[in-house]
Amino acid sequence: MNKDNTILSIKNVVKHFDISGGFLDQLRLKKGKICLEKTTVKAVNDVSLFIKKGETLSVVGESGCGKSTLARVVLGLYPPNSGEIHYGGKRIDNLNHEQMLPFRKKMQMIFQDPYASLNPRKTVQQTLEEPLRFHHPELSGNEINDKIDQVMEQVGVDQAWIKRYPHEFSGGQRQRISIARGLILDPEFIVADEPVSALDVSIQAQILNLLMKAGRERDLTYLFITHDLSVVRHISTRVAVMYLGTICELAKAEDLFAYPRHPYTKALLSAIPVVGAKRAKQIKLKGEVPTPVNLPTGCVFHGRCVYANQRCINQIPALLTLDNGTQVACHAVEENRVIS
Amino acid sequence: MSHLLDIQDLEVKFALRTGDITAIDGVSFVLDRGEKLGLVGESGAGKSVTGFSIINLISKPGYISKGKICFEGNEISSYSDEQMRKIRGNRISMIFQDPMMTLNPVFTIGFQMIETLQAHQKISKSDAREIALEKLKKVHIPSPEQRLSQYPHELSGGMRQRIIIAISLLTDPAIIIADEPTTALDVTIQAEIMDLLQELCESDNMALILITHDLGVVSQVTEKIAVMYAGKIIEYGSTDQVVKHPVHPYTEGLIKSIPGTVIKPGEDLVQIPGMMPTLTNIPPGCAFNPRCYLKGAICTTQTPELKDVGNGVSAACHMK
Repeated sequence: MNKDNTILSIKNVVKHFDISGGFLDQLRLKKGKICLEKTTVKAVNDVSLFIKKGETLSVVGESGCGKSTLARVVLGLYPPNSGEIHYGGKRIDNLNHEQMLPFRKKMQMIFQDPYASLNPRKTVQQTLEEPLRFHHPELSGNEINDKIDQVMEQVGVDQAWIKRYPHEFSGGQRQRISIARGLILDPEFIVADEPVSALDVSIQAQILNLLMKAGRERDLTYLFITHDLSVVRHISTRVAVMYLGTICELAKAEDLFAYPRHPYTKALLSAIPVVGAKRAKQIKLKGEVPTPVNLPTGCVFHGRCVYANQRCINQIPALLTLDNGTQVACHAVEENRVIS
Repeated sequence: MSHLLDIQDLEVKFALRTGDITAIDGVSFVLDRGEKLGLVGESGAGKSVTGFSIINLISKPGYISKGKICFEGNEISSYSDEQMRKIRGNRISMIFQDPMMTLNPVFTIGFQMIETLQAHQKISKSDAREIALEKLKKVHIPSPEQRLSQYPHELSGGMRQRIIIAISLLTDPAIIIADEPTTALDVTIQAEIMDLLQELCESDNMALILITHDLGVVSQVTEKIAVMYAGKIIEYGSTDQVVKHPVHPYTEGLIKSIPGTVIKPGEDLVQIPGMMPTLTNIPPGCAFNPRCYLKGAICTTQTPELKDVGNGVSAACHMK
């Protein structure tokens, strides 16, 4: 482990998806000439961040901002187009399948939809024992069963349910089983992609408590992907706000919610409905999120920002570290043009 | 004076091979002109079925087995399909959850708007087009003329939901029933759509029934709230009062389980143990009793009725 306690670092990661399709789809007529043109979705653009051991880093943003893509790139489910990912000091984005195996054990993922992420033809037992049999072929049947019992107890799944199939469970119970599957290999690092978005409020609280408890007991590090800002505030150590594939603000959770700096973060926070309080005046954004196929020049947010000027249109803002450690990518903040 | 909408003791059943199950069990509420009511509950609580039953959108095997729904003094629950068609989509409009599914993908926005108007009124195409344009302007859609000739896939989710709201406004309805209108949308868009609905209700004196699971949204938009659990209203009253001082243990648990309401960041959220019973398997007595921390002996034998608990709130709990 590094001396500074960093478990994962992402450096200048870029992920683009080619959606241009076949040869005929790429044909374009330009100025009387036929040429080939590729269409790419620029999902993640030059994102750098690090995660310290034991912390929960949340990535928030609206649909299409690239947060889920980032999570998948981190786990090696998508290869990045450029950039590096280091886990525990070792670069992992260029490893082949076999070299990646030891890291797969340490890094697990919990998906959003527990209806889609469990195999409907496998019993709970089969779902939970598969990763153990694959990564620890040396374990005996009894050892595997002990391990399964232990994990099921921890996530609050009744051990009598072990022979049941996913369709016999409710959404909350299924999510518990997915979490059990994530925990069974004793991972160090968990990527949770919207783990509570598909659940009802009262069940959501149960699952969040479970994730926090597992985090404490097992000293887990979470990369938490969500669009729900009240959940983020509750569980995170630090928060990264993403917009159109770039990080616009990265700060400690309490700082972000108390003193949002980036104009987009401010607008996002002002839109959260708060129970029992009349909403403060919402900061309205102009227009809509542009498509990630044709990214705006300069700052990707400039078209919707009230502070945008010529520099914002021309130059991409870099992440700037402020006095309290908050990082923000905004020319207006840098030039002190934002009125808080 | 009679209420705009008056629902008395509504009961909706679904006839299954194994016997009838009760989806809505004795729901009563009233709605006046310009009033905004939130119907809140978790999935399966019966909030959408309540909304559907008002305009008789319950399809077989479901049926209204008991109770009365009166709209502007007329008992619409006994209307024939023919009569209902004059109310549905005309005097009472509905907005559904998923803006991707509600619009027909093979017709233009303009076609769908004009069709709606011509279905309800004798009106020429050009007049209908004028009204459509006016309503699109009302929901703040940029370049409305151009939208009329566009297809749904050319628009974003938030824009489509605005179009759907515009369609529901075409016939100047007295009530809009909005079933989770913003659940499929991002928070910034959600805030805009909610502002829009609120603004329209105020300018046109329209009543709104907002069906949602999101207490935050309800508490910012509505004046009255009805919390549903397993087919029953378990707490009903002014939104402010219910949200700040919930009486029923379920409402209380629901509010406390939302991050950021009572519990400090990082601490365990208050959780309601267990989950909502399925409709085939509702426990005797109070349906909430297996999950309730206040449970007494009476709760497992007798079903509590909604009773006044002061401050204009009524709750169905033996212990209060």
